[in-house]
Amino acid sequence: MVWCAFMFHLVDISKCDLHKLEEGPPLQAVLTREEGLQYYRTMQVMRRMELKADQLYKQKIIRGFCHLYDGQEACAVGIESGINRTDHLITAYRAHGYTLTRGGTVREIMAELTGRRGGIAKGKGGSMHMYAKHFYGGNGIVGAQVPLGAGVALACKYQGKNELCVCLYGDGAANQGQIFETYNMAALWKLPCIFICENNKYGMGTSVERAAASTDYYKRGDFIPGLRVDGMDILCVREATKFAAEHCRSGKGPILMELQTYRYHGHSMSDPGISYRTREEIQEVRSKSDPISLLKDRMISNNMASVEELKEIDVEVRKEIEDAAQFATTDPEPPLEDLCNHIFSNEPPMEVRGTNPWAKLKSIS
Amino acid sequence: LAMLANLEMSICRVRVTVRDALNQAMDEELERDERVFLLGEEVAQYDGAYKVSRGLWKKYGDKRIIDTPISEMGFAGIAVGAAMAGLRPICEFMTFNFSMQAIDQVINSAAKTYYMSAGLQPVPIVFRGPNGASAGVAAQHSQCFAAWYSHCPGLKVLSPWSAEDAKGLLKSAIRDDNPVVVLENELMYGVAFELSDEAQSKDFVIPIGKAKIERPGNHVTLVAHSRMVGFCLDAAAVLAKEGVECEVINLRTIRPLDTDTIEASIMKTNHLISVEGGWPQFGVGAEICARIMEGPAFNYLDAPAIRVTGVDIPMPYAKILEDNSVPQIKDIIFSVKKTLNM
Repeated sequence: MVWCAFMFHLVDISKCDLHKLEEGPPLQAVLTREEGLQYYRTMQVMRRMELKADQLYKQKIIRGFCHLYDGQEACAVGIESGINRTDHLITAYRAHGYTLTRGGTVREIMAELTGRRGGIAKGKGGSMHMYAKHFYGGNGIVGAQVPLGAGVALACKYQGKNELCVCLYGDGAANQGQIFETYNMAALWKLPCIFICENNKYGMGTSVERAAASTDYYKRGDFIPGLRVDGMDILCVREATKFAAEHCRSGKGPILMELQTYRYHGHSMSDPGISYRTREEIQEVRSKSDPISLLKDRMISNNMASVEELKEIDVEVRKEIEDAAQFATTDPEPPLEDLCNHIFSNEPPMEVRGTNPWAKLKSIS
Repeated sequence: LAMLANLEMSICRVRVTVRDALNQAMDEELERDERVFLLGEEVAQYDGAYKVSRGLWKKYGDKRIIDTPISEMGFAGIAVGAAMAGLRPICEFMTFNFSMQAIDQVINSAAKTYYMSAGLQPVPIVFRGPNGASAGVAAQHSQCFAAWYSHCPGLKVLSPWSAEDAKGLLKSAIRDDNPVVVLENELMYGVAFELSDEAQSKDFVIPIGKAKIERPGNHVTLVAHSRMVGFCLDAAAVLAKEGVECEVINLRTIRPLDTDTIEASIMKTNHLISVEGGWPQFGVGAEICARIMEGPAFNYLDAPAIRVTGVDIPMPYAKILEDNSVPQIKDIIFSVKKTLNM
């Protein structure tokens, strides 16, 4: 079968709930075959990467905190497809997916998780502290990334480059005071900031009903216009992001998007994720709303790709992940000489005190 | 005669208050680098709560001098984010007491980021404002934060005393590519000092991490920062009349601490007293004494190194109580005499 390179379909997507907006994103999205395959591949890479991390964590090769993103792939991939590479993005600790979409490779992400010198932060950051160009992490303190993101947006406006900042937080973080302080300043100063609440229904073990007096997260920005989006449909996410980006770039100030999504894993690897929700609930989402399946079904039913073709992609992806895992488990740990480096930027070499008065360690920028 | 007259005119001594020195520093750096900007409460249209930023908003406008709402955690985070994205913010806390609202952004978002990112993400930001005791502002507005901030790797912490310190250190802080905390002192804002020719230049900077010997002496080393430097000099003047020559060291930088200068001094005087306005427990003096114990200067001490500090209580309001809550000149003199067994 020969696929037309320019094949595309006009696809119906669900309507977004609106807050202080006259109109919302379009109800139809154009999906080209090329785009579809690229989204599918990226989401599949993300899914398999997270599942591999789960494996490595259980083998104790990954330590400490590990917050997995499987189930939420449509959010990261959809957002990236709605903005430019030159835009900026910041998120909290469930960040492996975003590190990937912002330019990190699977190898350097996995090697960071296993704490090796080939890691994206040379093994010094770990799961929650990965960085890339125009990607400001990976942040461990719940909510702290939101003022940071508005600051990045301030810099965008100040520098006049027509760039914007996507600033993500979860349903749990949505109750942080500093987020409301940020809403106020972002609106006051018309910062080009897209606030995005990834509502996966649970902040650690606390359901949204038990944490928030109002679970309409897209309205919590009050004077900031908002929209509630189906976060399991990548095209919905993409169109909403494009709509929000247009709003910011036209100088109207910040906008807020709530993405309704779901995480299959517990809060982190130390949380089985079934004490506060039922296995049935998880299974229901998997069978009815899985973002990768939704895209796959859409492409097949619209004759945009074949089952075999997508299976081939799956095989390639599996290999890519295996190779990356191989690298991540064999690359050496950072050298001890690196212990005290990177304290200060652009600084002459200095001495750092070790564990005892005679231990004088070397530190370079 | 003509030559002498010329000489007189070229030594242009100018008296400048600490407030004006800080103002000059910011003005010069705003002019020099368009990425520099100032934000904080009342910094723009009010000319600064303590008038430190007087005239800057009129000169540079809304884009570069930004009045914020009362949202320390929010605007400190915004400042850090702006620094991450390529600007060079000066974030003012109206006093450092209010920085506690935002301390997570200073430590976790600013100080640690370059390390966590293994050098990918620098944070060129200055946090500045008045620190420590003032006059009659009571417990919640009088805390000294030198020890708290100086505890953390990834931060530089400066504590100017004179107008020259204020100007040179603030300029260095703004030009530094790292998070720098500048602890000013409200009671010093109105004090005038002579500014040398050199210090009047637009490129005058004081290196971070180097202490200054304000007064040489042979009998005892007094180490202090900020307002207490002046108190030590006053005590030294009184003691000189009794034949005791104090060497007074102005730390200028608390982190990194200039241990070398302190050690060299002790090797000469054989006696050490550190003087600070903050509380004793885990304070600046505690760190100085610990380092001296561990280093080569220990063998040169003829008496235990001691600390003169603020009293270990929340700051009271009534004047007589407040006056007795911080070191006075007589406390320094008393401690010197005890140390020297006089």
